[in-house]
Amino acid sequence: MQAEFELLNAPGSWELWLEFWRFEDMNALWVLSGSILLGISASVIGAFAFLRRRSLIGDALAHAALPGVMSAFLLFQTRDPVVMFLGAVVSSFAGFFMIDWLPKHTKIKADAALAITLSFFFALGLMLLSYIQGLNVENKSGLDKILFGQAAAMSQQDITLLMYVTVFILLVVTLLFQKLRLIAFNLNYARTLGIPVRFYEFTLALLIVMSVVVGLQLVGVVLMAAVLLTPVAAARFWSNQLTTILVVAGGLGAFSAIISTQISYLAPAMPTGPWMVVSLALLFIISLLFAPQRGLVHRYLQQRALRFKVAQENILRTLYKLYERGDFQQRPFNIGDIQALRAMPTNALKKTLKRLCQQQLIEDSVNGFRLTEAGLQQAQQLTRRHRLWENYLNEQMDLPPDQVHTQAERIEHLLTEEQEQQLEMELANPHFDPHGRDIPQGDAERQPGVKAQGGKHDQ
Amino acid sequence: MISDLWILATASLVAVACSMVGSFLILRRQSLLGDAISHSVLLGIVLAFLATDSRSLPVMLSGAVLIGLTTAWLSDQLHKTGQLQSDASIGIVFTLFFAVGVILISLYAGDIDLDQECVLYGEIAFVPFDTVIWGDLKTGIDLGPRAFWMILIVFAAVLASVVVFYQRLQTVTFHPTLAVSLGINVVFWHYFMMTLVSMTTVASFDAVGAILVVALLVIPASTAYLLAKSLKQMLWMAAGFAELAVLIGYALAFWLDSSISASIAVSAGIVLLAVVVQQQFYQRRLRTQTAIQSPLSAN
Repeated sequence: MQAEFELLNAPGSWELWLEFWRFEDMNALWVLSGSILLGISASVIGAFAFLRRRSLIGDALAHAALPGVMSAFLLFQTRDPVVMFLGAVVSSFAGFFMIDWLPKHTKIKADAALAITLSFFFALGLMLLSYIQGLNVENKSGLDKILFGQAAAMSQQDITLLMYVTVFILLVVTLLFQKLRLIAFNLNYARTLGIPVRFYEFTLALLIVMSVVVGLQLVGVVLMAAVLLTPVAAARFWSNQLTTILVVAGGLGAFSAIISTQISYLAPAMPTGPWMVVSLALLFIISLLFAPQRGLVHRYLQQRALRFKVAQENILRTLYKLYERGDFQQRPFNIGDIQALRAMPTNALKKTLKRLCQQQLIEDSVNGFRLTEAGLQQAQQLTRRHRLWENYLNEQMDLPPDQVHTQAERIEHLLTEEQEQQLEMELANPHFDPHGRDIPQGDAERQPGVKAQGGKHDQ
Repeated sequence: MISDLWILATASLVAVACSMVGSFLILRRQSLLGDAISHSVLLGIVLAFLATDSRSLPVMLSGAVLIGLTTAWLSDQLHKTGQLQSDASIGIVFTLFFAVGVILISLYAGDIDLDQECVLYGEIAFVPFDTVIWGDLKTGIDLGPRAFWMILIVFAAVLASVVVFYQRLQTVTFHPTLAVSLGINVVFWHYFMMTLVSMTTVASFDAVGAILVVALLVIPASTAYLLAKSLKQMLWMAAGFAELAVLIGYALAFWLDSSISASIAVSAGIVLLAVVVQQQFYQRRLRTQTAIQSPLSAN
């Protein structure tokens, strides 16, 4: 995107940019505040649609508004924003009704109903638009701007209406927040509480329709869906709290509104909507990758850490078993010895051994590898947890001894200190596992450092 | 008069090809993916044009298929690794692609033989003027409109795929689990369908634009879905309804002097509504009949 952006930087755009931010042009200021308000309110209302699993409803409703705008113009021969707004709301609602009605009363599935409504209404709108363009009437020229949106072409009246409507939407959402949240997360529970769910669903639909319709001139029919959907999808990566999600989504919406209005100001021929969508999508990609906890990078790192930990602990246990077979005589073992007990590609094994050396859990010598004191402690603890779990499965779950090993092999990396103690209590501190092997009794002289390390990885 | 025939022929091929592909989309509950691909194909066309400076058929087809498959793959990945609802991930991907396409068009407006209008409507009325000429520009033979040949080739490809792979497509569509257990590569057939969708949308692009393609993909197929009893029947009916929409739409556009492609899409919708209303009427009558009969049978 960078390359295309630079094309805009023709001489003079810096001055234009300065002019924009000094707010010398009152109209620019109005457009900017209008689009920020729209960004916030569309993101917030879109969040509820997203939670109700109707993410693309905004797409259909925006397309469905088109014939309303056109017929309002045809009937009243005026570009008055309020008339246009009412026309759009009526036809969007007709679309909403159709999306709702078709799957309930015919074989047509919900997704097909959405696509049918969207394309049918849009075609109707385009047909009317082309009909109007063939007529000999006044001020029909700007009508097609609502297809892709053009912030620079908005009039003072448009912006006033936009502000009233967005503030109204935000107010209603604030007032009904508790109810809307309950319905979004647990529809059936809300019903049993006696909440008039249909009324609130209707209100929500009305708010969605209103924010879609009012955004048409800024974003355009075709891309309005993204302004409702993308902010909340991005915000979802940042938090699990609805209020936080709403605030983040609103912020992202406002930010993308600022970017796209600026671009529209610098290059008036540019449609605003696509730029808003592209900036939102960039914010989405950033959130997808880098958000804490749910971001892909964080999740990848976490998984990698877990993989490393499992591989290391497996090697420690293998060394312990070798040590146990040699009647607890400390002596070095080479890679062949280890691989005889645990199948592992040589490369991966070497890397894991290197990491263990770095952590001073094992020592490297000419004859091979041996456990250090700390390594022995940890290996004992792991073996103990493994064998305690085998006992537990055998005694309490009635699993035969030959089936318990695989399960214990997985759980040994995850058990915590408290769980280990619980197991001890439950099993009355046994000395032998179901296969008849010793359970190492470790906790008397366990070093605090080893504990802390075990705890840190247990997430 | 002859140009009317070219327009009707092109529109019919577009509508019938779309209705065939659309039938599978409807049955596989993937109409939203069809919607998404028909939007993002725009980016494919623009990129292919900017990269090669040509609007020849192979270039446009490969650009569109590439972007179409990317859309399908990316939304799937986003759904799986990003843990997003599948329709949300589709929505994010296609709006981004479409937005980038529109931006590129307005940036290179002078160089590209495409404008924002054409993206939405297509220009089926101008189809007869952009012709393919065999041989020299002056002495060569006029073979007819470019758009017509393009959709004819794609139509033939779609028809051949549906006829040749009929059994496979049927199994994959109706019994995906059975298909997996039979060892059929379901993923391959999914992307095969998506390739057909991308090809059809790009070939229809000149004629009807990016968004009205959606109407032709889903509406005749849904109408057929309401009535048909088998896949074969559904395909035939969808083609029939598509052709009906073309004829009604053309007349409508002639009468109102409105955009031909939009009128065709609107008539497809009207046909669907007529079928729905008729079915509702029939069901209501059936219900009242059983309501009268049931007390008698209870005795």
